Amino acid sequence: MFSLNAEEQEKQTPQSTWRTFRRGLALSPELKVGLAGTLLLAIVSMVGRAIVPFAIQKGIDLGLVGKDTPDVQVVAIIVGVTLALLVVTTICGYLMIRRLYQVSETALANIRVRTFRHIHDLSMLHQQAERRGSLVSRVTSDVDTITHFIQWGGVILLISGGQLIVTTALMFAMSWQLTLVVLTAFLPAILMIKLFQKRLAAAYAETRRRIGHMLAAISESVVGAPIIRSYGTSARTAQKLDKSIGEFQAAQKRGLFMSVMSFSTGEIAAALALAAVVIAGASLGADGQLTLGQLTAFLFLVTLFIQPVQIATEVLNEAQNAIAGWRRVLDILDVQPDVADPAEQGVELPAGPLDLKFADVNFNYPGGPRVLNDIQLEIPAKTRVAVVGETGSGKTTFAKLLTRLMDPVDGQVLLSGTPLTTVKFSSLRSRVVLVPQDGFLFDATVAENVRFAKPGMTDAELDLAFTELGLGDWVQGLGHGYDTRVGERGEALSVGERQLVALVRAYVADPDLLVLDEATSAVDPATEVRLQRTLDAVTRGRTTVAIAHRLSTAQAADEVIVVDKGVIVQRGSHDKLVAQEGSIYAKLYASWLEQTR
Amino acid sequence: MANEGKPEITGRDVLARGARVMVRAIRDEPRIFAIAVLASCLFGALVVGQATVVGWIVGDVVAESFNEQRHVASGSLVLAAGVLLAMGVGRVIGIFGRRLGSGYMMFAQQARYRRRVTRRYLELPLSWHQQHATGTLLSNANADVESAWFPLAPLPFAVGTVFMLFGAVGTLFATDWALALVGLVIFPALFAVNVFFSRRMAPRVSLAQQKRAEVSAIAHESFDGALVVKTMGREEQETERFAQKASELRDALIRVGRLRGLFDPLVESLPFAGTLIALIVGVIRIKQGAIGLPELVSVTFLFTVLAFPVRAIGWVLGDLPRSVAGWERVEKVLSATGKMEYGEADVRGQDAATLRFANVNFSYEEEQPVLHDVTFTVPAGKTVALVGPTGSGKSTIAMLASRLVDPDQGMITLDGADLRTLTSASLSRNVALVPQIAFIFDDSVEENVSLNRPEADDRRIRNALSIAQADTFVMRLPEGVDTMLGERGTSLSGGQRQRLTLARALAGTPRLLILDDATSAVDPRIEARILASLRGSAEATSVLVVAYRRATIALADEVVYVEQGRVLAHGSHEELLSKVEGYRNLVTAYEKAEAEREREHVYDEDDLPEGALA
Repeated sequence: MFSLNAEEQEKQTPQSTWRTFRRGLALSPELKVGLAGTLLLAIVSMVGRAIVPFAIQKGIDLGLVGKDTPDVQVVAIIVGVTLALLVVTTICGYLMIRRLYQVSETALANIRVRTFRHIHDLSMLHQQAERRGSLVSRVTSDVDTITHFIQWGGVILLISGGQLIVTTALMFAMSWQLTLVVLTAFLPAILMIKLFQKRLAAAYAETRRRIGHMLAAISESVVGAPIIRSYGTSARTAQKLDKSIGEFQAAQKRGLFMSVMSFSTGEIAAALALAAVVIAGASLGADGQLTLGQLTAFLFLVTLFIQPVQIATEVLNEAQNAIAGWRRVLDILDVQPDVADPAEQGVELPAGPLDLKFADVNFNYPGGPRVLNDIQLEIPAKTRVAVVGETGSGKTTFAKLLTRLMDPVDGQVLLSGTPLTTVKFSSLRSRVVLVPQDGFLFDATVAENVRFAKPGMTDAELDLAFTELGLGDWVQGLGHGYDTRVGERGEALSVGERQLVALVRAYVADPDLLVLDEATSAVDPATEVRLQRTLDAVTRGRTTVAIAHRLSTAQAADEVIVVDKGVIVQRGSHDKLVAQEGSIYAKLYASWLEQTR
Repeated sequence: MANEGKPEITGRDVLARGARVMVRAIRDEPRIFAIAVLASCLFGALVVGQATVVGWIVGDVVAESFNEQRHVASGSLVLAAGVLLAMGVGRVIGIFGRRLGSGYMMFAQQARYRRRVTRRYLELPLSWHQQHATGTLLSNANADVESAWFPLAPLPFAVGTVFMLFGAVGTLFATDWALALVGLVIFPALFAVNVFFSRRMAPRVSLAQQKRAEVSAIAHESFDGALVVKTMGREEQETERFAQKASELRDALIRVGRLRGLFDPLVESLPFAGTLIALIVGVIRIKQGAIGLPELVSVTFLFTVLAFPVRAIGWVLGDLPRSVAGWERVEKVLSATGKMEYGEADVRGQDAATLRFANVNFSYEEEQPVLHDVTFTVPAGKTVALVGPTGSGKSTIAMLASRLVDPDQGMITLDGADLRTLTSASLSRNVALVPQIAFIFDDSVEENVSLNRPEADDRRIRNALSIAQADTFVMRLPEGVDTMLGERGTSLSGGQRQRLTLARALAGTPRLLILDDATSAVDPRIEARILASLRGSAEATSVLVVAYRRATIALADEVVYVEQGRVLAHGSHEELLSKVEGYRNLVTAYEKAEAEREREHVYDEDDLPEGALA
């Protein structure tokens, strides 16, 4: 439905890879901070690898060959200078890695935070279109693959690339003929490696898909534990798990096989090159075009030449992962929040109680049928309204439009004459609060959960809020009162208790428009009735809209709005609507009575 | 939360503990490990051998031609080239065996322990699950298993390298004692540097891992509660909370990086330094006439080719701390002792079952009792309503009755048999729980209802869907019963999810049905229909239903009233209504509220000034 799903977007072309890379860099300008210095350090530290064969060549040619007794002094000077250079390049290597970590970790911590914020800014619809786990991985493992690549792969790639250039240059300087021999030996290998690279990319994409499936299966087996237990479906679940684990393993193996194939090709090429260098070198030496030291150095250099090629193939695989991770991060940052905060350009809601108006509002979910049809509605300030209707009639959609969790497809929602789309979120969210049905709580104490809505609340204020809502006794009855930990998602409390805390949380936010979406559906009737009374008393002077299927709420409301198949079919006081014989509300009420009396 | 009780990984014993983890893997996969190590040794031998060959070629085969400007006999050249090529092929075989072997071994270990861990999840009692965060369990089965076996990838290489080092030192001694001394200085120095760093690295890496878990936990929770964050406008504060942890992670990683920055270049430079020292020592020895040019070349070549493999030892040692930390978390799951063991007994029968709670006490946490001395019976074929205020322990009773948890004291029996003596299969065939929050699997409607149970055939599925009033909306889904429902069934409404889970329970034709406020999100009219059809078909089923609504209660033959974890009364609805005040308040709350409202209403109207009503 939305273009966030990474699974379908694994196709990577060199162009798109490059584009992702450039955009990624543009996103983190911090990565370029001191880049020149880091590159310089990298070059110097890389030279460290090439100077040793060079020193050996010089040592053999100047100190040994053609002399009756070796010239120890010359060799000692060469070795001494090279050792000193080695110390310098080692220090440069240290400084480079240090800088690289500093820069990349800083840049990517910022990306993490930005992405995190962006995900919260996305509309509810976008958030729900993604699996929770995959949203989390955007700010965790996806970013990790990028840093991992920059710190390991990036360094290696940089060094290897440099090493390749420097060794090639050195080889050319010593003997262009031998260099051509070496390059010719490597050419087929490099072409082969390119071929393997392609298959490898496909294998890795498959691995990523498989790991996604495996994680989903594991997650389901953990979250669905009570059902699996009580329905005795452990065997079936185990089967599913084993299958996904096995498939992931098979994909890993395929990827490894391809990678080894490509690595081995390089190794064969190295052997070929060594053999060719010996034959050609001997002939060149005989013609006086090559010194013995140079030939020896060449044998060393061939090793130094193939290493970076092999390592680069490994690193390029990792690069694929990093680019894929980077792309997933970019993809989510690319999704424009379709319910956007007008922020600076926005206006504040007028002070005082809010009235609300729906003008020609239509709504449907992307690609779905109409959910709300041409809604016209005005509700005066300070009214208590109940919205009732069957499941799927559009009640909840109504609440979401009212709180601007979604925007209408066409038409406008206005609060006190101000179109919602023009209202700053800071103003909107502090004045309009929705209490959703599942009283989601954070893994903290009762007090901390309530303070979420109003940080810095004193203990006395907290106590007052619970007392005002008649929940003082209930909270004292909990194991540790306000300090009772509610567990993950609040699961240490019963569903009804979670709703109570969520309600208090909304209450302390002190909104001018309170929207309750079946916020007390799991609370017992006595508590619900009591809560409603106290809530009525303390929220008098504000506007409340309650979505309810317990009609007790409707009875207590000033006005009832009946929604059926996306249209408002009835509105008026409870008494008036009940009196309309054969109406939807009358039927709903009759069945409610039948159930509660 | 994710790391509580985790033993701190100190540098001192990490090597010993890590070695034990590796030994376990070798025991699990001895054959493939042997292949990988043999291949790695072959590779090592060839690398050392190649150095000798290169020395021989440079010193003996081609040196003459350089000195005397004369072409070497092509025969010996071809031989030299052939030997180099053959050694290359041998190395490739070694690489194949080593890399595939070690990779396959690592993957096999990961898969094996993922299976074991997830199997354990399925076996451990629910009370254990309740004590562990979902995120932790996920990372135990995934990231922890992965890091536990991470060092397996370079392990055979490292073992082969150690072999190679011995071979190299042997070769060195065979060549010249002075050059051997250089090796004896450089190689142990390399090893010491590796050990030193892996020890220093351990606490840093483990801190970074911990921070990583915390960052992930915050993201998980925050996205889970995205709706609350949004509706309360707390995005800024949540971002701050996340940014705080993200920067702690950043600092921890930078600390890791600084140490690595010291380690990597050092370990890389040491063999180069060895090469240079060997060069000068070698030249001195040549002057003394102890060795010749071929020996010098092979020794220097040896140091160069050893530079890379020696790092494999560093990789293993570097990954050990993470491995130990991961393994210990995995082991905690594997060795977790669940009290929930199933018995051998079975209860059978076509008729409804009798459920009995006898003096049941239960608490989730010590000193925080949830149920006290709960005693009641659901007689065969009867429906019992469990009524009580929010937080009185009703859901706990429902969980006990379906043996998701066991009582601390007292006994729960089904047809006289203690639930703890029943087999798992017997339990699930006889008892079906419909929990308050509906859980939908990422699967089709049909799979969700049948759960692959043999007794849930097509006819029963259709029947169950229709009793649960789910047939109409299922038919309207794009592919009917074959429609895939997605993660947690988010495409369905709350009421639809509840009706599906009800159908799931009914499809197994249980002898005891437990409904834990299972229709809270269902509209009154639909609920009325569900109740009616349940009544029509429930002859062979006993029902324990957690309920608030009168209609549901009216369906019951008996009511059990609980308050603060105690059964305060049981009897018929009328009896309780007349005798028990708490019960009366609860079930007549709506009527009372209405009556009161009407009184106020009248009062209000009386209050109005004349003519206001006109």
